[in-house]
Parts: sequence; structure tokens; C-alpha cells
Amino acid sequence: MALEKPYKDIPGTTIFDADQSRKGYHLNQFCMSLMKAENRARFKADERAYLDEWPMTEEQKQAVLARDLNWCIRLGGNIYFLAKIGATDGKSFQQMAGSMTGMSEEEYRDMMIAGGRSIEGNRYIEEKK
Amino acid sequence: MARITASVYTSHVPAIGAALDLGKTGEPYWQKVFAGYEFSKAWMKEHTPDVIFLVYNDHATAFSLEMIPTFAIGCAAEFKPADEGWGPRPVPVVQGHPELAAHIAQSVIQDDFDLTIVNRMDVDHGLTVPLSLMCGQPSVDNFAWPCPVIPFAVNVVQYPVPSGRRCFNLGRAIRKAVESYDAPLKVQVWGTGGMSHQLQGPRAGLINRAFDSAFLDRLIADPEGLSKMPHIDYVREAGSEGIELVMWLIARGAMSDNPPKVAHRFYHVPASNTAVGHLILENA
Repeated sequence: MALEKPYKDIPGTTIFDADQSRKGYHLNQFCMSLMKAENRARFKADERAYLDEWPMTEEQKQAVLARDLNWCIRLGGNIYFLAKIGATDGKSFQQMAGSMTGMSEEEYRDMMIAGGRSIEGNRYIEEKK
Repeated sequence: MARITASVYTSHVPAIGAALDLGKTGEPYWQKVFAGYEFSKAWMKEHTPDVIFLVYNDHATAFSLEMIPTFAIGCAAEFKPADEGWGPRPVPVVQGHPELAAHIAQSVIQDDFDLTIVNRMDVDHGLTVPLSLMCGQPSVDNFAWPCPVIPFAVNVVQYPVPSGRRCFNLGRAIRKAVESYDAPLKVQVWGTGGMSHQLQGPRAGLINRAFDSAFLDRLIADPEGLSKMPHIDYVREAGSEGIELVMWLIARGAMSDNPPKVAHRFYHVPASNTAVGHLILENA
């Protein structure tokens, strides 16, 4: 019997549950490896070769190379792990979060200063349509 | 006997740590955040406890996906600030309290909460940012936090996280454990993380001021009722990372059943992607 997942109808949100974690295990562990300076250096020197050391799917590797965080998340990535890629690239957490919203860095920062994204219209997928 | 004197609640945004460490506290953007902690630093000097029991979450730092403990209690003599990819924060090593930690583990596990005992662990911004906010930057000639700290890490990264109800009851079990410790220690319990924020997906940047305000009201006046709020309400209303707020219920459950004295309350949007909330509650 499938378990109930009431969070599937929240717009623009992927909950990192046990299924996502299973799918993303190697992707996230690759990210974790970037906590070490020598690994960051090896990754930067040849990203593709470094990724090929990990039993990730080809699509996961493509998503990392494209730095498409929404794509990474669909494939099981978790933001706290993906943040290690951002740190390797010298990006702040705000730049990373903003990159997933389709807004420019400046637009996103201004939205936050103005009080953040409103909850109104953002509770259910149906509301977005 | 030991007793719990007060509880402290605060967000633990990493950018706050970076602002402190890079000397940006005077910038108008950050002034608005730090102004809310001026009272707290003075309060902390006046009410320095013997031990802080600090509830926080690890952010893929000490725990990768190799092991995901739901509740982990730090029983070591010391905990080093972690390198989270930008080098360790230039803050003191955290001194633990192994005797009290072992006592709490013994008591709480026998009360049916399955804690993971951790004897080696680096601590990330989730633990060190609240210490910086409440204690200020330690001086060079006495580079130490004002008292020992027992780190208590809760999994709020991989869903499902523990329910609010379970966290609240765990707080009660921690209270019972502290009150049975045979030394006259004053203990504070801190709950950290939150408030509303979402760091991922097209909905990133979500803030819900009305939710946060009601959460603070109910945490003070009706914590038991608040503890029944289901996960989905946190995630939908306060953002995917807003679920960190369940950790505040551990600290609240550790407080006396009598109404607390509200020593301080503060709320500000934003710090980076996050709504900053902060409370100090004293046991009457």
C-alpha cells in the first residue's frame, strides 16, 4: 500500500523524503565529498572525470554540470548537500536559493528585503493555475 | 538538584554567522537583525547558566546520508566548530558536559526516546550562530563560551522529521532528567532554527509573518495545543525548511507547566532567506 504524501500538492516544493533520499544517495554523497579542499580542487580541475568516480546516473551528472539545482532536486538532491557545490563555486546561499526561482539575483534579494515571497497563492498547486 | 531556569529560542541563519565573522554587523541590513539581540546579550551576562542544552540541527555537516539519527546527544568533552566549506567559523571550541549528558541519555532513553549517543562530532552554524547571538564574540584574552554546552542534534533534513508532539514530550523527559541530576546546576534549554523559510525550488524565499506570529503566541501560551500541529502545516505554511520549528517544542517542553515569564520577544524579516524569530522565556 502506498503511503500518504500530503505534501505533493505544494507548489514549487520537493520534500526530501525517504524515497527522494534513496534516489539521490550518490548525488548527495558526491556533494558531501566537496567538504574537503583537495576534492574541491580535483572537481574544479576536471568536473566530468570527478563525477565519473561516483555511481550517479548520467542524468544526475548532467544536472550537476548544468548547475541546475531544480533538476538536481528532482533527481533526489537535497539543498543542504547541493549547497556544497555552490560553496565550491563561491556562491552564497541566497544566490543558490534565488537561482531556483527564475528571478534575477537582484530581484530575489529585493523580494526578501520587501518581506519575502507571500504565502497567498502559494499553498496549493491548484492556486497557481 | 539541577533545575531548568529558562529557555531561549532563536533562528540560526548561517549568513548571520558570516556577517559577525566578516565584521558586517554595522551595516544597516544586519543592524536590524542584531538590534534584536542587544537585550539578549545583557540578559545572558546576568543569567549565565551552568550548562546550556542546545537543540539544533546539523546541515549535512557532521551527518551525511550514511547515517541519519533522529535525535543525537553530544556526550563528548568538546566539540569543534565545523568547516562547512568556507573554513571553520573563528569561534571557540565548545566545551561539553559529559556527566550531565550521560545522565540525560540514561534517563531519557529509559523514558522511551531512542537517542543516538555521539562521542565525536563537529558542530556547524546551527549550534554556533545561536551562541554568537546570545553571548557576543568572545574576547581574545578569554577565548571561550561562557559555560559548557550539550549539543542535541535533531534530524529535520530528511522527511519525516519527528512530530511536534514527540518533540514536546521529549522536552518533558529532558526536564525530568535534569531535575534528577544530583548537583545544583542551573540549566538553560535552547531551541533553534526557523522561522518561516524555504531554500529550495521555485517557491524559495517564502515567508509567512502571520504564521510565525501565531506560532510565537502559541509557543508561549498554548505549547501543548501547538505541539499537535501536523507536519504538513509547517511545510505548507512556513516553507520546506520552516519545519525546523519543531525543535522549539523540545525547549518549550522542558519548561515548567506554569506559565513562563516572557523576558524578550523579537521578530524580523529578512536575514538572507529567512524570518528571524527570537524569544527568551524564564521559569516563573
